[in-house]
Amino acid sequence: MSTAHSDHDHPAHLAHHFETSAQQMESGKLGMWVFLATEILMFGGLFCAYAVYRANNPDVFLFAHRALDTTWGAINTAVLLASSFTMAWGVRAAQLGQKKLLIGLLIATLFGGAGFMLIKTVEYKAKWDHALFVGPSNAYYHDNGTLADPGEAAHSSEYIEKHGDTDGGHGGHGDDHGAGHGDAHAAGHGDSHAGDHGGDHGAQADAPAPAASKIAAPAAPPTGLHADLLTHKRPVLGAGESLSTGIGAIQASHKGSHYPAFTELDPLNTNRTHIFFQIYFAMTGLHGLHVLIGLGLISWICYRAGGPMTRALLVPGLFVSVGIYFVFVWWLVSANSGWFPTTALVAAVLCLIAGALWGAKNVALTKPNPDADSEFSPGYYTPVDCVGLYWHLVDLIWIFLFPLLYLIH
Amino acid sequence: MSVIPTNPSPPSAPGTDVVKAKKGLYGDEDNYITHGKGILSWLLTIDHKRIGLMYMVCVLAAFFIGGIFAIALRTELIWPGQTLMPWAEANTNWKLYNQLFSVHGAVMVFMFIIPAIPAILGNFALPIMLGAKDVAFPRLNLLSWYCYVGGSLFFLWILTGGVVGTLFGLENMPWYFPKGIDTGWTFYTPYSTDTNTGVILATMGVFVLGFASILTGVNFIATIHMLRPRNMGWDRLPLMLWSLYATSVIQILATPVLAITMLLLLAERVLGIGVFDPAKGGDPVLYQHFFWFYSHPAVYIMILPAMGVISEVISVFSRKHIFGYSFIAASSLAIALFGFIVWGHHMFTSGQSPLLNSVFSLLTMSVAVPSAVKVFNWLATMYNGKIRLDTPMIYALGFIWLFTIGGLTGLPLAALSTDIHYHDTYFVVAHFHYVMVGSTLFGFLAGMYYWWPKMTGKMYNEKAGQIWAWMVFAGFNLTFFIQFIAGSLGAPRRYADYDPRFWKYHFISTLGSYVLMIGLFGVLYNWVSSWRSGKKAPANPWGANTLEWHTPSPPPHANFEDGHEPEGVPPYDYDGWDYVSEEEGYVRKEGYVYQGH
Repeated sequence: MSTAHSDHDHPAHLAHHFETSAQQMESGKLGMWVFLATEILMFGGLFCAYAVYRANNPDVFLFAHRALDTTWGAINTAVLLASSFTMAWGVRAAQLGQKKLLIGLLIATLFGGAGFMLIKTVEYKAKWDHALFVGPSNAYYHDNGTLADPGEAAHSSEYIEKHGDTDGGHGGHGDDHGAGHGDAHAAGHGDSHAGDHGGDHGAQADAPAPAASKIAAPAAPPTGLHADLLTHKRPVLGAGESLSTGIGAIQASHKGSHYPAFTELDPLNTNRTHIFFQIYFAMTGLHGLHVLIGLGLISWICYRAGGPMTRALLVPGLFVSVGIYFVFVWWLVSANSGWFPTTALVAAVLCLIAGALWGAKNVALTKPNPDADSEFSPGYYTPVDCVGLYWHLVDLIWIFLFPLLYLIH
Repeated sequence: MSVIPTNPSPPSAPGTDVVKAKKGLYGDEDNYITHGKGILSWLLTIDHKRIGLMYMVCVLAAFFIGGIFAIALRTELIWPGQTLMPWAEANTNWKLYNQLFSVHGAVMVFMFIIPAIPAILGNFALPIMLGAKDVAFPRLNLLSWYCYVGGSLFFLWILTGGVVGTLFGLENMPWYFPKGIDTGWTFYTPYSTDTNTGVILATMGVFVLGFASILTGVNFIATIHMLRPRNMGWDRLPLMLWSLYATSVIQILATPVLAITMLLLLAERVLGIGVFDPAKGGDPVLYQHFFWFYSHPAVYIMILPAMGVISEVISVFSRKHIFGYSFIAASSLAIALFGFIVWGHHMFTSGQSPLLNSVFSLLTMSVAVPSAVKVFNWLATMYNGKIRLDTPMIYALGFIWLFTIGGLTGLPLAALSTDIHYHDTYFVVAHFHYVMVGSTLFGFLAGMYYWWPKMTGKMYNEKAGQIWAWMVFAGFNLTFFIQFIAGSLGAPRRYADYDPRFWKYHFISTLGSYVLMIGLFGVLYNWVSSWRSGKKAPANPWGANTLEWHTPSPPPHANFEDGHEPEGVPPYDYDGWDYVSEEEGYVRKEGYVYQGH
């Protein structure tokens, strides 16, 4: 269409049905804002599910959230905020026509987003290792109240309780999430757990397992895991008791820590322990998907903003980046058995080779071409602006996810 | 803010094609239909008018499929016992019935009623009513059509699998041969997490169809805000556009919630996350809250555009300025707003707290206020008007009649005590069919007949149109009015078999559905024969004054003729048009000046 009407006063970027560039830009931005409203409502459903389950099962959330790594979460927040900053600066650069700076900032934003996904991978890996993953691979998962492997659940509980002690809840200063703290925890942790995962696991599974296989059957007399927990005689969050008394009671009962142990959870609520993780993965997973889409959009903007050399290197560069990511994944899981590490390695090698060859070919064939310049100018940068808005929304959602999931008190 | 076309539209076809075109329906006329040739000029078009026509073909096909399933399920109910598959085991027959009403509901709701008016009539008329050349995002508009087709393919896949599987008694088929869908269109958990039918494909289909709906909504909002012409303030926006605007707001705010609900249901089926499954500690009522947070506002996605059509038609065919313009416009927004705070009335019997029930009951009653505002304003518009009973007007009057019945029977369902009695009976079925079919379908048919001359450039057979309209009206009432009675006597819905004492109600209802079907096929025949051999339509057959009647029928590719710069006019001032019998339509008075300008 635009070719049919592209004559004198219509610049190339102006679509046939708009009168002026300003009208086109305003329309684009209005459309983007409306689209962002739909995104917020979509995440709103998940926030709503979170609120319902947290309000109904506060102690489960207090207990289970300790499996999340506050340090990595905080670092990721900083990384994503920084990438939002480079994106905003990039929009400014586009407005001012600073083409080189724009490309540099977009690439910096890409690195921020990629770094976020890398750290998220580390976190997901830790959940996988401790049987706290999504769906039936979660140790607390059950169908009709029957745990598949009560021993595994006990093991995961032990991990969560220890993790909480070193990570956050520690002696009443929950705010003290220093860097040193995180390091100590990361180092000490990986080792000690790699050891006892195999060892203790079997032993524990044998001892209390048979009786513990039924959770949350309030009508039946308490057995197993909950027989233990009821002998503790802690004040449970009973029917009619208010939320705050419930939490207060739990906290008071658990000496030296802010958070309940698994055995201290209300037996009515323990069958929802895995729901915390399902919601965690639903929320962070959907957010991660948005980060990936954002990375794709930023790459597209970067391609359109670049000169011949940027365009020649961008797509091969993405392949190489994905290859590096798979190398990292392989390194993370190399100790595991099964098909996954090999697959990751094969994918990594393929991506790296493809990226390198393609890049070399493109560079060899690229000639400086003054016509293939940036599409954007101070008169036309709507796509940069819109992708920027999208990226800020992705950032903003994380800003809500981080405290809601990681920093529960 | 439209633009004077900066150059004449390019010659549409070289010499040979012109000769070919003369044989076609439009001779050598250059309009948006003849502007490009070949299937690709349609599949890759970004012209809103062509996208509207493409939507028309697909949505009518969906209506046909949903209708076939409706006739089949009514036939099962024509008398007690096993009717459709007398040779099969009873259980197979009952399972088939579950498939029939599920597919009927899902196809009709997601593939017909929701897109019908906005995507066909809205896409076609909205930019022209604004004097614009296109919607704000033409490529997204095309993407919306592809999302619609993509989402619909999921449903075609499911229903083919279900029908073939049931008829031939196939068991243990591979996953790519889905066993239909038997959850009802609501996909309630926990049944939808347990059934072995094609819930995964259906949720994916709904998710993709949701994108089509959202893209249309984004487009309409941006277009109405940004592409209004000179002299068209919000006070001169045709009421059709006010209602499409309100519809778009709902589409944008509600559809994403359906999207996340479907994603969670998908995760439930694929990963087994259990958030909606009570056996796994999940909460099935949460699913109902999510579902109805979308699906109640979706009822207004269906009805608001129809109300927009009716506002245009009533005023034009009464030859009178619309009464209470600002109240009708504001009541559209009010309905959009109220639509978001009443979803709990679908869950009165789900064990919701009595307090919540009372609040939702009260809020539900409040929807009656803006609805009544509209009805009374339409009646006041007709009062003392010179009413012409052309086909669109017959449908519009039918709309008022049926919407009033549908609306008033909503009150006993909104009142807590009576709802306990009526819940899950045919009273509910009759109520929502009066609102969704009686109102939205009639609004859609009114709009189709009203804009038909503009869309196709052909007049339809007026006499035949009127006869079929009365038949549709009679068939509809015969089918559904009796269900109010059966329902209040306690006939439960969604059962394949029933107590023989309900026999006569079901029998009459099924006969009515056949009459309705014949009437609708008559309408289709009326349209097809009009398109093939109808008389050429004048630019303004009805004497309306909204901007789409200021351009030839069918409009040229650029919507308005070269050099015609449309600007906002009072949309319901009909004094500037004279009927000219040679034209068989209305022609503008020379030098007419709108009052007060």
